[in-house]
Amino acid sequence: MTSTTFPPSPPEDASWSRYFGFNTDAKVIGIQYIVVAFFFFLIGGLLAMIIRGELITPAADLVDRTVYNGIYTMHGTIMLFLFIFPVLNGLNNLLIPTMIGAPDMAFPRLNAVAFWLVPIFGTLLIASFFVPGGPAYSGWWSYPPVSTQNPLGHFVNGQGLWLTAVALSGVSSIMGAVNFVTTILRMRAPGMGFFRMPVFCWTALAAQSLQLIGLPALTGGAIMLLMDLNFGTSFYQPEGGGDPVLYQHFFWFYSHPAVYVIILPVFGIFSELFPVYSRKPLFGYVYVCLASFIIVGLGLVVWVHHFFSSGVAQWMRNLFMFTTMLIAVPTGVKVFAWLGTIWRGKLRLTTPMLFCLGGLFNFVFAGITGIMLATVPVDIHVSNTYFVVGHFHYVIYGAAVMGIFAAIYHWFPKFIGRMPYEGLGKLHFLLTFVGANLNFLPMHPLGLMGMPRRVSSYDPEFAFWNVLASLGAFLLGVSIIPFLLNMVSAWVRGPKATHNPWNAIGLEWLLPSPPPEDNFGEHVPTVISRPYGYGTGEPLVDHQAEIERELTLQEAST
Amino acid sequence: MTATVDSNRPDSNTAHPKHNLTGFIIFLCSESVVFLTFFSGFAILKTSALNWLPAGVAGLEWRMPLINTVVLVSSSGTIWLAERCMAKGNLLGFRAFWLVTMALGAYFLYGQAVEWSGLQFGFTSGTFGGTFYLLTGFHGLHVATGVFLMGLMLVKSFIPQNYAGGEQGVQATSLFWHFVDVIWIILFVLIYVWQRT
Repeated sequence: MTSTTFPPSPPEDASWSRYFGFNTDAKVIGIQYIVVAFFFFLIGGLLAMIIRGELITPAADLVDRTVYNGIYTMHGTIMLFLFIFPVLNGLNNLLIPTMIGAPDMAFPRLNAVAFWLVPIFGTLLIASFFVPGGPAYSGWWSYPPVSTQNPLGHFVNGQGLWLTAVALSGVSSIMGAVNFVTTILRMRAPGMGFFRMPVFCWTALAAQSLQLIGLPALTGGAIMLLMDLNFGTSFYQPEGGGDPVLYQHFFWFYSHPAVYVIILPVFGIFSELFPVYSRKPLFGYVYVCLASFIIVGLGLVVWVHHFFSSGVAQWMRNLFMFTTMLIAVPTGVKVFAWLGTIWRGKLRLTTPMLFCLGGLFNFVFAGITGIMLATVPVDIHVSNTYFVVGHFHYVIYGAAVMGIFAAIYHWFPKFIGRMPYEGLGKLHFLLTFVGANLNFLPMHPLGLMGMPRRVSSYDPEFAFWNVLASLGAFLLGVSIIPFLLNMVSAWVRGPKATHNPWNAIGLEWLLPSPPPEDNFGEHVPTVISRPYGYGTGEPLVDHQAEIERELTLQEAST
Repeated sequence: MTATVDSNRPDSNTAHPKHNLTGFIIFLCSESVVFLTFFSGFAILKTSALNWLPAGVAGLEWRMPLINTVVLVSSSGTIWLAERCMAKGNLLGFRAFWLVTMALGAYFLYGQAVEWSGLQFGFTSGTFGGTFYLLTGFHGLHVATGVFLMGLMLVKSFIPQNYAGGEQGVQATSLFWHFVDVIWIILFVLIYVWQRT
């Protein structure tokens, strides 16, 4: 390899229209995923505002009760299947090929098909608001027998559309997972052995393996539910010899690992960002990598803790309590690795770093309530109360979504080529952090007091904490405004980004911002050391100094 | 960890000769979990049922399915022979054995249809009928897919020089066929051999 052909020149100003069509470039698909995900995020967020608006007073006075059931069902479904998963797949698309030095994904066309399924099943799901009987109303987990009721008797009903959308989402996710796993296994840069791979790729590999193992179980279970709903079988109907708890096993066999599918890449984001903004190598790199796969293994054998109260055998409760608690060990390894990384580091409190720190704080809190929930007696006491709602919103919003925001601010300059504004970013962080804690912390006392989830009216003694939670929710709603403003204005007229504005180490930072369509093309640098060599002076790749000089010259000339 | 990836890999930008098969194997592993879900559902529903068999049903006739099993297992042998012919460059032998495999697969589907039409219970006859048709139907769908894929590969074999450098489509189809075969053996044992409740 010669450095004269390197680095690749930045792309010509490509037209906007490529974002609206069937494009096979992973970087275009990544941005398509993220933008579409945030579109659905706004819809899901609007539903959350309606829920919290209803709950600000004890009486059911804002929406009809049946409408309320549909709204919380759709809020959960949209946020998981149409926001979190697509936005993470967007980050995977942007980051995996550039981080491992691949020109694109292994199967670019499959990748585009997987993306285009998202708006299709999203439309299908939103359309269920307009069918007779309204959307699905049985909660995002759709337990039978509630989910097998079809009172109006229409073949096209909200629940049926819900199941079809979830099945299509499964197809899209499996296509994505096959693609990501193949890409990571087979297309790494020369010299990049597994233990020279960035942690984000490790966690993506772990998360996508979980998709491949877990998701088919939900698909199988959902097919049987659809048969029960529309074709008269009785897999889950006790009157026909069926077993409703069987569905809960199928559902949670996937949907518990799904939580790790969400949080593992966020662990990856934390592991990427803390070293950059602390100017220190990642503490315990190998253990952080391996812990991801220990989480995969354990994450597959904890699912019963979601229905300790659903009539499961005592030995099962004990076993799954034990495995659930065990998962705190590899997770703890990661938390201490991050603490070890920022310990006595030279911290730079940029927007991405603030989001990471806030996310880590919320995650530790969620971890503590998670251990409480793993304990069978506590779990049975607070089962189906707001304690559970508070716990998982701390994980999903407090940790995962904040980590995703951190990633967006951190890699925005790389893939858009312009810098986001720090002031708006910090305002966004402040509103998010305060709003999330104000929204989700009061749910814990509410749950301990016994307020059940999924109700639109409640005893007036719960009013105080509910008002606080609703105020927090509205604050979260407001927090999106500086974010959107920042993204749009930075994209249109933000200051031009250099190839490495954060002074970070990684293959993606050795590309121009934004990278050309085939990334490094044929001139993939050879990786010669582990990632995160901050402060060690060790170069990551061969000819690093020349590459950096070329990139700087290139930027100076434009 | 020392660098293990060779630096003169085939041009990573255009051709990824081995990726298709890797991706397909990963997909098959994932697909097997769907069957695992149905199998475990079947076992749980069967062992916990009070009245497993619907009224008037004595059990399942196993002779016809046994013939079907022999047919499907031997088709795994013929597809292996076809692949060997292909590896030796004997395109004619490949087509012959490939066609025999397709015929055996089609016969299996025919046998399944005959069995279905002679049964006294339906899809909605309790969990017994539901799981029976779900398992055999879902498996049958895979057999039909396999036969379709084989037809596609057969047509492709008439494109001159198409299979000169080895063909991953043939390998993948063959792998899929063995997968369908193994699933059937488990299914046969679960549904037809394990009849006592």
